Order: sequence, then structure tokens, then C-alpha cells
Amino acid sequence: MDENTIICRCSDVTLKEVRELIREGYVTFDEIKRITRIGMGPCQGKTCGQLVMREIANATGQNIKDVKFQTNRPPVVGVKLGLIAEEGRR
Amino acid sequence: MKNTADVVIIGGGISGCSTAYNLAKKGVKNIVVLEKNYICSGSTGRCGAGVRMQWGTEMNCKIAKQSIEFYEHANEILEYDRDVDFKQSGYLLVADTDKEIEQFKKNIQVQHACGIPSRMLTLDEAREIVPYLNTSVLKGATFCEKDGFLNPFHTTDAFYKAAKKLGVEFNTFTEATGIRVEKGRVTGVETNKGFISTNVVVNAANAYSKNLCNMVNLDIPVYSERHQILVTEPVEPMQGPMVMAFGLNFYVQQSPEGSFIMGRGDANEPRDLRITSSWHFIEEMAKTIDTVLPPISQLRVIRQWAGLYNMTPDKQPIYDKSEEVEGFYIAVGFSGHGFMFGPITGIVMSEMILGEKPTIDVSMLNLNRFKTGKLLLEPSVV
Repeated sequence: MDENTIICRCSDVTLKEVRELIREGYVTFDEIKRITRIGMGPCQGKTCGQLVMREIANATGQNIKDVKFQTNRPPVVGVKLGLIAEEGRR
Repeated sequence: MKNTADVVIIGGGISGCSTAYNLAKKGVKNIVVLEKNYICSGSTGRCGAGVRMQWGTEMNCKIAKQSIEFYEHANEILEYDRDVDFKQSGYLLVADTDKEIEQFKKNIQVQHACGIPSRMLTLDEAREIVPYLNTSVLKGATFCEKDGFLNPFHTTDAFYKAAKKLGVEFNTFTEATGIRVEKGRVTGVETNKGFISTNVVVNAANAYSKNLCNMVNLDIPVYSERHQILVTEPVEPMQGPMVMAFGLNFYVQQSPEGSFIMGRGDANEPRDLRITSSWHFIEEMAKTIDTVLPPISQLRVIRQWAGLYNMTPDKQPIYDKSEEVEGFYIAVGFSGHGFMFGPITGIVMSEMILGEKPTIDVSMLNLNRFKTGKLLLEPSVV
């Protein structure tokens, strides 16, 4: 695959950047997330998560099922703060 | 992992990384950092990413001012290959009671004595800086243009990389499980990956610092408390400064990548180590923002998370060495502002360990102050 392919569409992170970080020793999803913001955008890792975990698995020789994803945090989808406030005041 | 070291630092957040960097820069050769998770996984990586000089005690003002002056040049000093994303567009502190205005006036006097360029603002002046601020619920404000946003991940990474370049050994996913003391002196650290013999241990574990102190039978008056944050979808730049209120209990800032980061405290938090997310937080936060900064309530919240403040009785950190256990140093109890104090933490701890003349006299922040009860309480913490 072309290394300039963007695999995190929320924060414009390329495959090349991810591979370089893994080579530098950032070999968990959370470590890569903290440097690149992968998984922090509006998709919350739903798009990029599997792709990054596959890269980690390939580079470290782990089975992808053993690669840890980030903690899934609420809310599941984006919700307007105003709506939450409105509900909260009822 | 080395089995012997001159200094073992426990905690891979900003305090531990900065202390490691400063010790290595001063020529200490054999430094090991232990981190039970990964670098920046604890309080530093969960913080609100704000840095400010506007504090209410002289010590907090001095430490914050000098730390921010370091951060202005952090990329160059640490020769960082990324960017710590320092955005100095100020903190606008807002008050909703006359009592708080009186406190702000006192704080400004302390700040000016420390050379901090803060100032009182009228509500009209505050609206010039944040036009959509609902001043009908406010009484007044203060502003300091030197305050701002700083990326906690990149900043910690910058210290980590600089320290690594100077030969510091970092062991991630390595937990300190015990501290060996013989005849009143530290002789080593037990970890889940083996024993390291050393005569100097630095407790930089912040939220987990009490547990480490317990390992050497040292009782310190700190407790950890969950604080929660949420972040919105990113949008075009619309708000320069952090807006923060102690009475109304919130802070909100737009990060350089466009998302809004906001948090509040909760007086009813249990004193334990939980870092789960609660609905109560998101609802209270949304109601406050909807009232004080209405346009922001049109943004979608995409994630919430939590981290731990390590609180002291006066909401100022503890920089000290144990009188009972030789070789046991502590840099803990940051009460929610360890990230912004990071550079000075590293400098004062390295000077203390090496017996050098301190850059800033932080002797007031010793452990003994809690025994004598002579506390100067920091009034301005969310």
C-alpha cells in the first residue's frame, strides 16, 4: 500500500507516520494515539483503529487479537452539548 | 532493565520525565525511570492541557511563571523533532460573585509582585476578548496573555526523548511493587520485572504517590480525586483564550486543532483511584456551557474521560526528601497543576538530589508544613 495513504481521516495521519512511530518504539495503540491524535477525532477510532492495530501486529509479530485498542469512551456518537443541557434541565 | 542505578524515578509523567532530563543534563549517568503503564498514561496525559500564571499563592505564581517561560522555548531547549503546540492566547478568569472579585484583586497583587502581567477587566473588556461570553451572569474578570494551551503528550514526549538521548533508561509497563529500606536508607526498588539496587528513589507517581510512600512507611497528607473532561468535534478557530471560573466551576479552551476541551470539579467525588466516566459530569458541564458560552453548546461532544488530581491540604505541591528514610525524594500532590509546573519540578528536584543551590526556593513546599499547620491555601483551583 502507498505509504502516503491517510489512515486517520479525522487527524490526517498517514500510514508512513504510523510505521515510523512503531519503528521508534511506540508499539501500543495508546502511545501512537498520544503522539498523532489517531483515535481522538470525531470517529473515535472506528475508522482507523483496525488499520493501526494491524500495523502494530505486523511489526511486532503479535496476533491482532492480542493488540489492545484504546478505551472506548462515551458518548458512542457525537451529541450536541445543548441537547444534553436541555435534557438535563427537564 | 538495569539491576543497579544511581537514581530510580517512579512515574513516567511530566514530573518524572522532567526530573530525569534535568538530572541527566547535570551529568548523572545511571538513571532509570519506571512507569507502570506507558509514558504520559497517567494524570499528565489526562489533563486539561492549560498552563497559567494566574494563581493566588506566591509559590504557585513563581513556579508557574518560570515553567511557562521555559515552555516558550521548549522546542529549542529540548531539541524536539515535533512541536509542543504552545498557544499563548491567555486565560480569561471570570467571577460571578463580589466575593470572588475581591479574591481576584488579592490574587492580582500577588501576581504583580511576581512580575506576572495579569490585569482586572470590566465585563465589556472581557467581551472584547470572547464576544459570546454571557456577561449577564458575571461580575468581572481577570486576564493574562502569557497563559495558554500546551500539548501534554508532545511536551512529555519532548522531555522523554531528550532524557533518552542523554542516556536515561525508561522502563514502561514496569511497576514498582516495593521499596527496600535498610538501616533507614533506601537500597533498592522491587518491580514486576526484577530488583534494581539504588540509594536514591524519586516518587513522581502523583495520583499513586501515597501508595509508594506507604512502601517506606511514610504517611503523607495527600489523596487522589477524579476530575473529568470532555472534548468536542473540531471547528474553525473561534475562541482565543481559556475561559475559567472557580465559583461557576468550569474551564473551557479551544485547542490548536480546533476542538474544545472543558472540565469541572465535583465536591462530592469519592477519594479513590477511579477514572471511569460519569453522565452526571457531562450533564452539569453542558448546562454550564449552555449558560455561560451559548454558541459552544451547538458543538457535539465526541468523548469524555477522567484523570486524577493528587490533592494536598493547601493545593500546592510537595517538593521534599524524607527525613525518616534517607534517599527517598518526593515531587507529588500537584492538586491538578503538575503538567504546567513540569519544567520547574525537574529543576528543583534535580538540585535537591545533587545538593545544589536552588533556582527557586521551594523550601516552603516541604512536608513539615502540614505538621506545623502554617498553610497558605491556594484559592484558585477548578
